[in-house]
Amino acid sequence: MFDKSISELHSLLHKKELSVSELVQSSFDRINTVDDKVKAFMTLNEEGAMQAAKALDGKLGTEEARGLLFGLPVGVKDNIVTKGLRTTASSQLLGNFEPLHNATVVERLNAAETITVGKLNMDEFAMGSSNENSGFYSTRNPWNTDYVPGGSSGGSAASVAAGEVFFSLGSDTGGSIRQPAAFCGVVGLKPTYGLVSRFGLIAFASSLDQIGPITNTVEDNAYLLQSIAGYDKMDSTSANVDLPDYLSSLTGDVKGLRIAVPKEYLAEGVDEDVKNNVLQALKKLEELGASWEEVSLPHSKYAVATYYLLSSSEASANLARFDGVRYGVRAEAENLLDLYKKTRSEGFGDEVKRRIMLGTFALSSGYYDAYYKKAQKVRTLIKNDFEKVFEDYDVIIGPTTPTPAFKVGEKIDNPLTMYANDILTIPVNLAGVPAISVPCGLSNGLPVGLQIIGKHFDERTVYRVAHAFEQATDHHKAKPEL
Amino acid sequence: MSRITKEQVKHVANLARLEMDEAEVEKFTTQLDDIISMAEQLNELDTENVEPTTHVLDLKNVLRKDKAQPWLSREEALKNAPDHANGQVKVPSIFE
Repeated sequence: MFDKSISELHSLLHKKELSVSELVQSSFDRINTVDDKVKAFMTLNEEGAMQAAKALDGKLGTEEARGLLFGLPVGVKDNIVTKGLRTTASSQLLGNFEPLHNATVVERLNAAETITVGKLNMDEFAMGSSNENSGFYSTRNPWNTDYVPGGSSGGSAASVAAGEVFFSLGSDTGGSIRQPAAFCGVVGLKPTYGLVSRFGLIAFASSLDQIGPITNTVEDNAYLLQSIAGYDKMDSTSANVDLPDYLSSLTGDVKGLRIAVPKEYLAEGVDEDVKNNVLQALKKLEELGASWEEVSLPHSKYAVATYYLLSSSEASANLARFDGVRYGVRAEAENLLDLYKKTRSEGFGDEVKRRIMLGTFALSSGYYDAYYKKAQKVRTLIKNDFEKVFEDYDVIIGPTTPTPAFKVGEKIDNPLTMYANDILTIPVNLAGVPAISVPCGLSNGLPVGLQIIGKHFDERTVYRVAHAFEQATDHHKAKPEL
Repeated sequence: MSRITKEQVKHVANLARLEMDEAEVEKFTTQLDDIISMAEQLNELDTENVEPTTHVLDLKNVLRKDKAQPWLSREEALKNAPDHANGQVKVPSIFE
C-alpha cells in the first residue's frame, strides 16, 4: 500500500476500490506497527482524523471528491501550528501548547481535504541535524535504527520512508528538509524563499525559513507544492508571483540542459561513495542529453560560519517570545524576572540555549558590526556566487550531504562537527534559491541524496531534472525493511 | 587566546534571560569560543564595499490599511496562558 503514488491512490478512491477511512486506518496501523522503533511522531490525531475520514467517505464518487489530494493522510512537522492539535516544536517549553489557529499551509491542505494524522518529531525549534535535539525523544533512521534520520525535519522524512504516511511537510532553514530526505532516501524540496507562506511556522530564522514537501516521488512532491505554494497576505515576505503549473514540467526531457557542478561540492571531506553516486547520476543525466561542467562557488567555505551567525542572531530575537507568560510551560518563580529565566532555562535544551547565546552575543553592543553585519555582507558574496553561475547554467548539481547518515551519538557532543554536516545545503538558504534532494543510490545500506539547485522561482526546472533522473533510475524504489 | 570569557558568557546569559550554573558557564564559554573562532574566518574576506543582505527577495515596504479585523476572542487568547484572572494574563509581582 505505502509504495502507492498520489495519483494511484486518487484513482483507487475515485473508483471506490478504497475508502478514505480504510486508507487513514492503514496509516495508523502502520504507525502502531513501526513507530515504536522509528519514533517519527510527537502527537497523533487518531480520533480527529478518523472522524474527518468518515465525513469524506460520504463525498466519494461525487464532484467534491475530485481534488487529487482528497482524503489522503499527511503528517505535519511539529513547528507548523495546527488548531487544537498539540504543537510543541519538540520543546518541553511548549509541551502543552494547543494552537488557536492553523498555519496557512495547513489551511491549504485542509482546503484540498487531506487528513492530518499527526505531528512529526524534530530537533527542538528546528535547531539540529540529527533529531537528537528533540526535547522528548529522538527519531531513528528507518533504514537502520542505530543511525540518525537527519534533521531537523527527521520525523517528516522518517515517517515517509517508513511508510507511515505518503507525504509530509517539513521546514528548511539550513538544510532541514533536504538533509533528512537524503538520509532517509525520500524526496524533499526547499522552495524558493517567499514561495510558501511562513504564517503559522514557529519562527527560527525568518530570513531563511521555508516550508516544503517531503514525498516518495518527484511527481508527488510537485502535487504537494502546487497545493501549498502561493501568495499569502498574512506573511509579509510572501512573494506575489503567478504560480506556475509544476506538473506539466515533468516531461522527462533534459536534452540541452546545462548543469554546473561546483568543485567545492565534491572536494575533500565528501565521502568517496557519495561522490561516486553523484558522478553516476551526472553520467545518467548526460545519457539523457544534458551536459555538465565544473564551476566554482568560491565563497562556499564561508557559508557555515555565515549561517550560524545570522540564523542564531535571528533565533535569539524570535525565541525571546517564549517567556512563560502567555503560553507554554511556566516555571515556579518569586518575581517576573525569575519567571523568565527559570521558564527559559528549564524549557530549552542545550542546542537552543547555545544558539540563543551565540545570537545574543553577535547582536550585542560592541560586536554587532564585527559579527552580525560582517556575516550579512558575506551572505551577499555567497548569493552573488550563485547568480554568476546561473548566468550560464540551468541548474547546479552536487551531493545533498558530505556523508550518508551517521550513528546516533556520534556527533552530538561536538557542535562544530554537527554543523559541518550542513555545508552543502546551507548556501542554498543563504541565497534563497530552491533545491531538491532525490535518492541516488545506497552506501553500506544507507541512502545517498542528489541535490539539484535552481534559479529563484524556477522550481519547474528543478522538478524536470529530478523527475527525468528518477524515472531513468530505480533508486526511488528502494525501501527500508522494518 | 580565548576570545570569550566566563564574564562575557554570564553577561550574555543575563541579556538572553537564561540562568546558568558554573558548570554550564564553563561549557558554554568553551563552545562559544570554538564557534566564534570559526566565525573569525570571515575576516579573511574584504567586505569593505559589499552591501549587507538582510533579505534575498527584492521586497519594498509591505503595507496594509490599519484596519481592525476579527481575530481571537479574549477567552480564546487566554486559553494557553499558564495563569490568568479577570480576563488578563497573571504574572508574579514585578516590584520587590
